[in-house]
Amino acid sequence: MQSTAHDFKDNAHAALADANLQDSLAKLKVGFSERRRQAAERLPEFEALRDRARDIKNHTLANLDFYLEEFERKVLALGGHVHWAPTAADARQIITDLCRSMNARTVAKSKSMVSEEIGLNDHLEQLGIAPIETDLGEYIIQLRHEPPSHIIAPAVHLTKDQVADTFHEAHSKLGFTKRLTERNDLVAEARYVLRQKFLDADVGLTGANFLVAETGSSMLVTNEGNADLSNTLPRMHIVLASIEKVIPTLEDAAVLLRVLARSATGQESSAYTTLNTGPKRPDDLDGPEHYHVVILDNGRSSVLGTEMQDMLRCIRCGACMNHCPVYGAIGGHAYGWVYPGPIGAVLTPQLLGVEEASNLPNASTFCGRCESVCPVRIPLPRLMRHWREREFERHLTPRAVRQGLALWSFVARRPRLYKALTGLANRMLALFGRADGRYGTLPLAGGWTRFRDFPAPQQGGTFHAQWKQRRP
Amino acid sequence: MSALPNKKARRVALFVTCLVDLFRPSVGFAAVKLLEEAGCTVEVPPLQVCCGQPAYNSGDRATTRAIAAQVIEAFEGYDAVVAPSGSCGGMLSHHYPGLFDDDPAMKARAENLAGRSYELMAFLVDVLGVTKVAARYDGVVTYHDSCSGLRELGVKEQPRQLLGSVQGLRLSEMTSPEVCCGFGGTFCVKYPEISNAMVGEKSSDIASAGAGTLLAGDLGCLMNMAGKLQREGSAVKVRHVAEVLADMGGLAAIGEPESR
Repeated sequence: MQSTAHDFKDNAHAALADANLQDSLAKLKVGFSERRRQAAERLPEFEALRDRARDIKNHTLANLDFYLEEFERKVLALGGHVHWAPTAADARQIITDLCRSMNARTVAKSKSMVSEEIGLNDHLEQLGIAPIETDLGEYIIQLRHEPPSHIIAPAVHLTKDQVADTFHEAHSKLGFTKRLTERNDLVAEARYVLRQKFLDADVGLTGANFLVAETGSSMLVTNEGNADLSNTLPRMHIVLASIEKVIPTLEDAAVLLRVLARSATGQESSAYTTLNTGPKRPDDLDGPEHYHVVILDNGRSSVLGTEMQDMLRCIRCGACMNHCPVYGAIGGHAYGWVYPGPIGAVLTPQLLGVEEASNLPNASTFCGRCESVCPVRIPLPRLMRHWREREFERHLTPRAVRQGLALWSFVARRPRLYKALTGLANRMLALFGRADGRYGTLPLAGGWTRFRDFPAPQQGGTFHAQWKQRRP
Repeated sequence: MSALPNKKARRVALFVTCLVDLFRPSVGFAAVKLLEEAGCTVEVPPLQVCCGQPAYNSGDRATTRAIAAQVIEAFEGYDAVVAPSGSCGGMLSHHYPGLFDDDPAMKARAENLAGRSYELMAFLVDVLGVTKVAARYDGVVTYHDSCSGLRELGVKEQPRQLLGSVQGLRLSEMTSPEVCCGFGGTFCVKYPEISNAMVGEKSSDIASAGAGTLLAGDLGCLMNMAGKLQREGSAVKVRHVAEVLADMGGLAAIGEPESR
């Protein structure tokens, strides 16, 4: 998809003025974090599991080549195929070729953020192949021609009324002319419409939560069961996953699953956990005849061994965005690309370039709530700071910020000059603010005083000046 | 004077913080009072400036290092370095050593400082073992957990414990006292609209607590919240927790005019 990350400030401005979005966000902010808190409290070993999850991912990243090759060997032995895609374009081409080999007209897709990353839907549509999103949230936003606004709840920015309108418009031509208003009725209608699409699809495409090297399995968790239909009904199953999805063993998967659902939705486990291990065997009653795994790099391997490597531990639970006050204020679309919230602020500069995404790692107060809930303990604020450092090194930091910083730095490195200037500032601000105790407007502080009063200093001089008088 | 048994007098350096120095010296004097009442000898190294966070959080590592080196120099030799701020305290105790990964000598000095640096509430309760203060503050207060103090330094129960000993004071919690107020240093002027949405939400939560006074341990957050509350016409008074604990709750609140 086309990035608008460079328009972050304008996007945020629009998001703050969008009443429907603000309604949806108000619910999200309380719901997800409360459920995650309760789930964590119910499991005494939750914090220890987070440590183990982090260690499993660190070990895998340190031996990534080994586990990826191990995974490939196992898939081949099962009769499946593995395709290595260095770039998004490579992945699109591989998938296109696979679809053409089946003369595919429709592809049933279960939710995949990597497919968003490589812009797969638009690409397939241009070639006359219809991608059908089967996750309910993805289906809704596909009908609306919108990108997802959250990595596990793609339509979380919408209200029920908006969904009702969308279905009414899209399904009327299929004979469903009544505008539904109840949640369950909306789900039932989508289920009915989607069922036929599953049956018609020539290819099923899913993402993967984990690729298990030990068994060659791809593992998927969903709450709707749609992935199971995507990967059993069509004749070909394509798994699209990025390189860091591989993990060593099924036992490791068990640890990661225990922190994944709890962190994401507060569930002990997702409703469906599916392992796909190769194509249909002779005695199997169902399953795909053809099984292909497309493994995407898209710049990730260049992060290995650098100070940014920790970002590759991410298991895409969404907890960081659920707990982020910035995401909670503006929602996911404002971030302008596929991955929003704190993990997006770290991944997007890597995947699109720091020029395009320069605002993202800056739009954080470093409150640290994301890191405090991350199931694999990614130091998200530290990684955002690294991006800021790279921006600064490359002179991408806005000129006004750089100049202000240079001036401040000049003074702050000269304590005596600093004391003289702060003494002066203190006296001026205290003098003119004396009557009200605060300022409604203040030169050079428009960003502050547009929304807030600015407190005037106490009378009597700076602390250091007063201390010198009192304790000479 | 409530000198603690079995605690020798400590030589403590106050890291004043630039905001306290410039805007609210009473917080510094409150900190001195609390530390002295707990048996410490307090000194204020004169050549201290800022902890360097504006540069650090803007990606300017070279300036941050230069300022950190200055701070390390100024605070050498004290038993403890105490800041009435979780943000600045966290900078000294959690972030300085990482600035000098390529300079073992400086890294050792940074680690030495980090090991002796504390946020005021944590130092009083966890290190000095203070359990109560001699103070009176009549009214209902609510307490905002500033982010760095809470998540980097584990400051959560300490201020509440001490506030529990203040006569006349009752604590009424917000629904989400741990959610960021939207200050974030330069964040609040770089992304004013987002910051405003965050502090607006915080002010609603403060109102829901039904308290007449808002307290916290970081002046940046306090100025942000005070400015928003006052712009909205709220009557809630905003003070640094150290002021109330030091029985200096009678001073004009943040952003309020002083009577002359």
